[in-house]
Amino acid sequence: MTGPLHAIDCDVHPTVPDMKALLPYLDDFWRETVEERGINSLETVTYPPNAPLTARAQWRGQHGRAATAASELTAQVCDRWQAGIAICNCLYGVGLLFSEDMAAAFTRALNDWVVKEWLDRDPRLRASIVVPMQNTEYAVDEIERCAKDRRFVQILVLAMQETPLGRRHLWPIYAAAERHGLPLGIHAGSSYRHSITSLGWPSYYIEDYASHTQAFQSQVASLVCEGVFAKYPGLKVVLLESGVTWLPGFLWRFSKFWRGVRSEVPWVDRSPAEIVRDHVRLTIQPFDAPGDPDQVERVIDHLRSDAILLYASDYPHWQFDGDETVPAGIPAALHRKILVENPLATYDRLRSS
Amino acid sequence: MAKHVVAAVGDIPPGTRRLAQVNGRAIVVFNLGGEFFALNNRCPHRGGSLCQGRQTGLVESDGPGNYRYSRPGEIIRCPWHGWEFDIRTGQSWCDPTRVRARPYTVSVQPGTRLVAGPYVAETVPVSVENDYVVVEA
Amino acid sequence: MNIEVRQPQLGAKARVGIFDCDIHPKSSLEDLRPYLSNRWWDYLQTYGQRQRHGYVKGFPYPKSQPLASRRDSWPPGGGLPASDLDFMRQQHLDFYGIEWGVMNPLSPTGQGEQNDELSAAMAFAANEYQLEGWNRRDPRLKASVVIPYENSEMSCAEIRKRAGDRRFAHVLFLSRTSELLGKRRYWPIFEAAVEAGLPIGVHVFGSSGRPMSSTGWPSFYIEEITEHSASLQASVASLIVEGVFERFPELKIVLIEAGFAWIPALGWRLDQNWKRMKDEVPHLKRAPSEYLREHFWVSTQPMEEAEDPDHVIDVMEWIGWDKILFASDYPHWDFDDPFLALPPSLSEERRNKIYSGNAKALYRFD
Repeated sequence: MTGPLHAIDCDVHPTVPDMKALLPYLDDFWRETVEERGINSLETVTYPPNAPLTARAQWRGQHGRAATAASELTAQVCDRWQAGIAICNCLYGVGLLFSEDMAAAFTRALNDWVVKEWLDRDPRLRASIVVPMQNTEYAVDEIERCAKDRRFVQILVLAMQETPLGRRHLWPIYAAAERHGLPLGIHAGSSYRHSITSLGWPSYYIEDYASHTQAFQSQVASLVCEGVFAKYPGLKVVLLESGVTWLPGFLWRFSKFWRGVRSEVPWVDRSPAEIVRDHVRLTIQPFDAPGDPDQVERVIDHLRSDAILLYASDYPHWQFDGDETVPAGIPAALHRKILVENPLATYDRLRSS
Repeated sequence: MAKHVVAAVGDIPPGTRRLAQVNGRAIVVFNLGGEFFALNNRCPHRGGSLCQGRQTGLVESDGPGNYRYSRPGEIIRCPWHGWEFDIRTGQSWCDPTRVRARPYTVSVQPGTRLVAGPYVAETVPVSVENDYVVVEA
Repeated sequence: MNIEVRQPQLGAKARVGIFDCDIHPKSSLEDLRPYLSNRWWDYLQTYGQRQRHGYVKGFPYPKSQPLASRRDSWPPGGGLPASDLDFMRQQHLDFYGIEWGVMNPLSPTGQGEQNDELSAAMAFAANEYQLEGWNRRDPRLKASVVIPYENSEMSCAEIRKRAGDRRFAHVLFLSRTSELLGKRRYWPIFEAAVEAGLPIGVHVFGSSGRPMSSTGWPSFYIEEITEHSASLQASVASLIVEGVFERFPELKIVLIEAGFAWIPALGWRLDQNWKRMKDEVPHLKRAPSEYLREHFWVSTQPMEEAEDPDHVIDVMEWIGWDKILFASDYPHWDFDDPFLALPPSLSEERRNKIYSGNAKALYRFD
């Protein structure tokens, strides 16, 4: 367990070197399939392997990849940056496959690989259950299967899906998550069912990466409007790698419209801003911040909640320089909440393990 | 606060409403099934004219996907941004504790009392045969 | 109820004349008839419009009020909201002391129409009617150059027809274009607009033909109207990052009805990533937020409403007091009353900039 001052890093990323790494965790048929069909890699363009954002140069190993081993990750995240616990969110592209059965098999293998190569190697590591969104029943099965291992503390989905996440056909997933005390972790990324902006495909990676905040906005709107929190009052949602500073302005617009159009969604029984402050948390890296620490402090004010931010380094993504894991300008008085108390309050299994 | 005669009861049949000027204020008077209620016409949000909004029922819910409609005609929605106000109490539905359309006390008085009594008759001529809607403002 | 009981606030006459950057006059297809060829008139009668959503009339996300309009904006003499100039004067233009209004007609204009030629024919007609049916009768009402934006050649032709005609305020796009606005296919339109000395107005709605959000189709109207700010974030990023403003340093863009609270955060996010990945975009000579600051204006409506009103002031400060333009959105339901929409704590100087100074500088009507 964490000592009194040890931070909890809520977003770090194990890197799967290639499909070969998952072979031991596939059954005979799927192992054969991978070989026969030449399925070598599920790396996604969300993080082009050599793009600066994907990993700081200094962290890349000899094959140009970072975070390929638990020891490498914990050396940076736990030893250098003093996190007592780090939650692994593996972004390997199993969510992009269209075949439900293949996706389920590969997702199972991925979760098993995370257990063997990461959780078993360092007691400070925890993980999110990668959920095969291609089929709701398979998703629930996978949650049930992995939830037995209490080192899984969250379920993980990518921010861009085929339908908005609040839609009712997905609710059995949230029922399972709530039942097991697992927050729904929504991470920047896409299953590439649609263009990554609602107006098409951007030409440049800079705008591509910027577009994820739009997906988070749509997802928060969907979860609230569809009544997910009314139906699952115990469910918490963590927005991972969202950027943070988009949230206040979004809530103003959303709440304003709710006041006039309320009767369309009458199960939304209080302001969306209140619902979000109750149920939704955000990791702090990246923190899309102005240069000026005074402005940062003002932006934090706009969030109107001490409980909403969770510490994360987003290792090995390059979101900050040096060891500035917590952005300058975030009031010192909030540090302990962000680093320790808020994560503990959010992740039930961190408290009880 | 003084009492003002705003209309003869027959001028505001059940299910209808009427705008009145009382003490320089626009007040909208509603007849809900024979009971009278009055609200300041100015929506507390951004000043829309409530009397030009739509009277509708109360929309509540037992849970996602369920729409429970009751009390038809007892909610006035501002014609602008659609905020819903309970005609009986003036309370808004989006923020019942902090926002409401200002209600006024309404009573029905027989003409006989009004002719003799100290009530201020506005532009409504009063005769002893009728009942009148009286607003305290 | 026909009684208009709202009185202008004291001192309204002493107030600076208001520039309203978003008014939606309602014309009918009949109004456009004189400006349409028989071919296209007959076509419309027979086959109608098809605008990348499925309905003949109405919308798959039905509006919260008929025609998305204020319930008190239906003219007492009959007709649709904002179809009657006299009533519009009485209820809006004269009532608030509107000195200039920019018309952004939404239908029938053919924008987003699946057939380019029909779209172009309707754009021409919509522009002619704005002049004849509205501006001629009340010169306070400036027109937009409606263009068939999915076809840039036809759009340029329409812009060039109108260039130099000071009755036009800006070139009009709807926000849900079929591609991000920064894409090359739209650049000829920007070129023509700059040549004509016209800003581009981007007004929310339209149908891109894609799902309403980057994660598929939401269920509710409230999600649709909330989402506009997200799709504008994508197009604004696109315009900046594609280098549109390096190519067209004179280009000015007005974002209408998309809200504005999201602007600073978008600038910060783009800057952050540009710092680390400048090599991807060597054509950008400056930080993205600088282009954002220099080339974009925002309309006030729908005015942001935060739990703490000071927070909205913060955002306005960060955007820049000279970049904010008052808009009413008359006659729509989410209309902003000019007298009441702005934060009450604003200084007189700032109010005047927002009410008219900024628009005067941008549109140069005098």
